[in-house]
Amino acid sequence: MELVFKRPECLIDIPFHFCPGCHHGIAHRLVAEAIDYFKIREKTVGVASVGCSVFMYDYFNIDVLEAPHGRASAVASGVKRARKDRIVFTYQGDGDLAAIGIAEVIHTANRGENITIVFANNTVYGMTGGQMAPTTLLGQKTTTSPYGRDFTYDGYPIRMAEMLATLEGSAFVARVAVNNPANLMKAKKTIRKAFQMQIEEMGFSFVEVLLACPTNWGMTALEANRRVEEELIPYFPLGILKERKMADYL
Amino acid sequence: MRHARVAPSAEKSVPMSPFEYGGIVENQKPEKTLAKGNEAIAMAAIDAGCLLYFGYPITPQNDIPEYLSKHLPPLGGEFIQAESEIASINLVLGASATGARAMTSSSSPGISLMQEGISYMAGDELPGLIVNISRSGPGLGGISPSQGDYFQATRGGGHGDYRMIVLAPSTVQEMYDLTFLAFDLADKYRNPAMILGDALIGQIKEPLTRRRPEKIFLPPKDWALTGAEGRKPNRLKSLYLQEGELTEHNWKLYQKYEQMKKEEVRFDSFCVEDAQLVIAAFGSMARVSKSSVELAREEGMKVGLFRPITLFPFPEKALYALSQQVKHFLTVELNTGQMVEDVRLSVDRDAQVYFYGKPPGSLPSPEEVLEEIKKYYH
Repeated sequence: MELVFKRPECLIDIPFHFCPGCHHGIAHRLVAEAIDYFKIREKTVGVASVGCSVFMYDYFNIDVLEAPHGRASAVASGVKRARKDRIVFTYQGDGDLAAIGIAEVIHTANRGENITIVFANNTVYGMTGGQMAPTTLLGQKTTTSPYGRDFTYDGYPIRMAEMLATLEGSAFVARVAVNNPANLMKAKKTIRKAFQMQIEEMGFSFVEVLLACPTNWGMTALEANRRVEEELIPYFPLGILKERKMADYL
Repeated sequence: MRHARVAPSAEKSVPMSPFEYGGIVENQKPEKTLAKGNEAIAMAAIDAGCLLYFGYPITPQNDIPEYLSKHLPPLGGEFIQAESEIASINLVLGASATGARAMTSSSSPGISLMQEGISYMAGDELPGLIVNISRSGPGLGGISPSQGDYFQATRGGGHGDYRMIVLAPSTVQEMYDLTFLAFDLADKYRNPAMILGDALIGQIKEPLTRRRPEKIFLPPKDWALTGAEGRKPNRLKSLYLQEGELTEHNWKLYQKYEQMKKEEVRFDSFCVEDAQLVIAAFGSMARVSKSSVELAREEGMKVGLFRPITLFPFPEKALYALSQQVKHFLTVELNTGQMVEDVRLSVDRDAQVYFYGKPPGSLPSPEEVLEEIKKYYH
């Protein structure tokens, strides 16, 4: 019998701790599949951030470094500058990357660091219990925006991918979702492309992945999946925002 | 202008990292030169094989990034002027995690911003050099010399129960020599190390011999993150949530600090053999105090100088031993009293400890310190 679906070599065979219906596990798997695809498991260094994604080192069968909250892109830049022959990526949530770590990610992109960032955006601080994030949608109720996010108090949800795409330093910027099979297949291709950009030394690659967080959204897994489609994607449109070709170099 | 980066062909093999730790000047002969204290640190970093520098401009230490931004690229090294000191220390953290030697430098306000990263490096057990050419505070303070960062440097500075190796040079030659030592000790103990200088030592120009110190045994960096090729993956982290794990980790760190206290204490003493009063001072204040000791000797007073070189580990045993023969200590600092606490703890009530401190603004003259000596010399 032919084996048509197996665990990526890059993922350790233990159950994820993520909540039922959470999309982190899917995003982890897509990253692992990309690493397997390019056969770079033994030359990849992952940088974990703070939040639900910190446990990356429990799941990925690769060298992993844990970064202070928000600093993953600076830490990854340090790894890459010391070992340019390695593949370096970070996996960061929206609290980590878009709030406390926004300076680091902007300057990492602007320097054109040849690393890959997988940005998990679920519009909420997951691990700390569902507080408002910079990506929380207007009107969205969280534990620190109990009346719903109001722009007069809290500002607007930040579109990180769009912001980073404006920088000359970024080479590949995209946003994907994993809420249905069609989006998932696109996400798989896009994440793979981001790693390919790094392998080809094209510079900074960034993939924002819209994730469901049923626990902190107070929804069932199915409802959360629907919310990604009906609320997140309209505000955070999917697609490749920027893809540098060699000729684009200034 | 075309972008400098060119994608290699798929077949082209990528070179291994040039940043193997342990120095790049195997065959370098001692070389005499004239240098500023800050430049001496930069030269020593290169000579010690540190080709990775990340920093953010701040007075009075800019000679270090300026020197390295010029000299690292031709050597194949990396220089990043980061967007902040927070980014700088995290770039060091990442680079150091690969087993390469990496450093940053700053001055007091910038060092405050780095404390989070230093705490993580201590927790991850990562080496790395942090240079603090300190200035005066609190807040923006000023750019005059100060020793107001003694507590921050020796008590950890960031959150959690950790210590940093802290070396306090008082000459340009020591800026050079102690930078070598700081890299070696950081590697030996897998712990961040700090050079604590100030504007005076950083800016002063003195003769310098670029020389390679004796090699000490350094354990292999089998913990480094280089891609898990033919081995189990390595992890560097400071989060320990399982029952008992963090307790064990903290005890392990404690054992390292205890070993440092046993093996790495360094100090200098001057005219203490027959002394009735000994000045305790470090860094720039030890320079001033040395002149005061000479002036006192000229007037027939038996005065000596005890200068801690390692501020952590503090030479507490040596001071205790000295307190069995000398009963009067005068601690002189460019602050309102920080190291004096360690001096008091060390002599453990077996001697009188007096204090003369000056908040930042102006340096005391040797004559000024001499007046203080006269107050306590019997």
